[in-house]
Amino acid sequence: MIEFHSVTKRFPDGTIAVDDFSLVVPSHKTTVFVGTSGSGKTTLLRMINRMVDPTSGSIDIDGADIGTLEPVKLRRSIGYVMQNSGLLPHRKVVDNVATVPMLRGMPRKKAREQALALLDTVGLDRSLAERYPSQLSGGQQQRVGVARGLAVNPNILLMDEPFGAVDPIVRAELQQELLRLQRELGKTVVFVTHDIDEAFLLGDQVVILRTGGKVAQVGSPAQILANPIDDFVSTFVGAERGKRSLHVENHGNGNIVVDETGRLAGVLVASQSTAATASGSESRAGPRGPGASVQGGDSR
Amino acid sequence: MTFLTETLAWLLDPAHWVGAGGIPTRLAQHLLFTLVTLVVAAVIAVPIGFLIGHTGRGRGLAVAISGAFRAIPTLGLLTLVALWVGIGLNAPYVALTVLAIPPILAGAYTGFEAIDRKIIDAARAVGMSEMQIVLKVELPLGLPLLIGGLRSATLQVVATATLAAYIADFGLGRYLFEGLRIRDYGEMLGGSILVILLAIVLEGLFALAQKLVVPRGVTAGRPTDIPGGSSRSRPVMELTIEEGNSHVRNE
Repeated sequence: MIEFHSVTKRFPDGTIAVDDFSLVVPSHKTTVFVGTSGSGKTTLLRMINRMVDPTSGSIDIDGADIGTLEPVKLRRSIGYVMQNSGLLPHRKVVDNVATVPMLRGMPRKKAREQALALLDTVGLDRSLAERYPSQLSGGQQQRVGVARGLAVNPNILLMDEPFGAVDPIVRAELQQELLRLQRELGKTVVFVTHDIDEAFLLGDQVVILRTGGKVAQVGSPAQILANPIDDFVSTFVGAERGKRSLHVENHGNGNIVVDETGRLAGVLVASQSTAATASGSESRAGPRGPGASVQGGDSR
Repeated sequence: MTFLTETLAWLLDPAHWVGAGGIPTRLAQHLLFTLVTLVVAAVIAVPIGFLIGHTGRGRGLAVAISGAFRAIPTLGLLTLVALWVGIGLNAPYVALTVLAIPPILAGAYTGFEAIDRKIIDAARAVGMSEMQIVLKVELPLGLPLLIGGLRSATLQVVATATLAAYIADFGLGRYLFEGLRIRDYGEMLGGSILVILLAIVLEGLFALAQKLVVPRGVTAGRPTDIPGGSSRSRPVMELTIEEGNSHVRNE
């Protein structure tokens, strides 16, 4: 569990990136910080591994104030995945993944073996292990980035817009992979994005941020969509317009869900186990998505 | 024409290839002098350059001091130091070390500065200590530009080391000063040619080294569809335009 206690960050030039921010990030769940640029979401993320120290306030991990921990040691215990993968260009894929375990003193051979197993975990072929990052596609590089983040088997995984720089199709693949991994591994994931659809897809808890690092609303995707707290949130999640504003039209023996623009969004079917959350799995192939009874919103 | 035949005759005279004043001895002296100067200059300049490149601080000061060092006329400095420490090799060592420091310093810090900040940031975020960032990330990625600085310093030192003979019986410069004194232009030109050849050989070796130290991962996977576009000499990857990075900032 990660707790933010009245955290404020003021940069030397006077900009307030984060203002009196308090939040509990539950363990084994995915918490997504979403907001436009300048909303302080990346700053919040980087405070968790002390890449940025708060001006005031404190952050606890499992009850321990991280301000008292040694930054390098703390960072080695937390997985970090960034945009553009951040891999070391002069090291092979397998060595990139093995980097942090070796910094923690694991013998090279064992670290490399474990790195190969991690490539399996993130869905990469082992034949890529001996390549250099520049020889991989953007999507493959991001998978290596995730494997590196998982290499020390951390409880916490920080992801800073990890899928921001890949094309939409690869992004959708990587998002599904992350959901799969999260089902298997159950890490405490803190994920930063500016994409509300990505936030609703991946997040158990979504934190919508305003400019200046102020919380606009915290809740599950369903809670936020159902009860946007104010105009800012409803505009941000797009509830009042287009793709998220759905109504039902009856067509003989079936109820069709149609969005504001008249586009067919899906078919209304009897609810199975989950409520209509609009955050459930989205299928790009057809209008009928598995699990969710109403297909609300298209990823892009 | 007579100069050239005289030069050739001087170079081919077996008497000039033996003994304490012979070409091999003087060549070795010249080479050793260059090497020692470079090592001393590197020991001073490389750590300072790494510190500047790693922290991003003190660059303005370094540029100013390097510029000032460069503006010092080496012969003048040599004379000045010689008046202070006396005749011998100490004065040329000091003067030429001063000459060699600026390019090495610049190579060291530009090598670090040219690395994509995102790579450094990621290395820090996964838990590398500052020293590990320097040794495991910045050094291998910045090495090609550092070697470039050493290469430029070597060229200057080899050429200027002829001045050592101005106040000491040492190195290939002796032929120049001796030839000048006794008006033996063949000897002067012969000595010059030897210095030039030495410079070219060292230049070639450094050019080779500079290519070899580019990490394989940096050159691998570059688009091969650019005909004739050798990417090996590109020392750093991901120089992003929006950050205004340029690896040739002041040199």
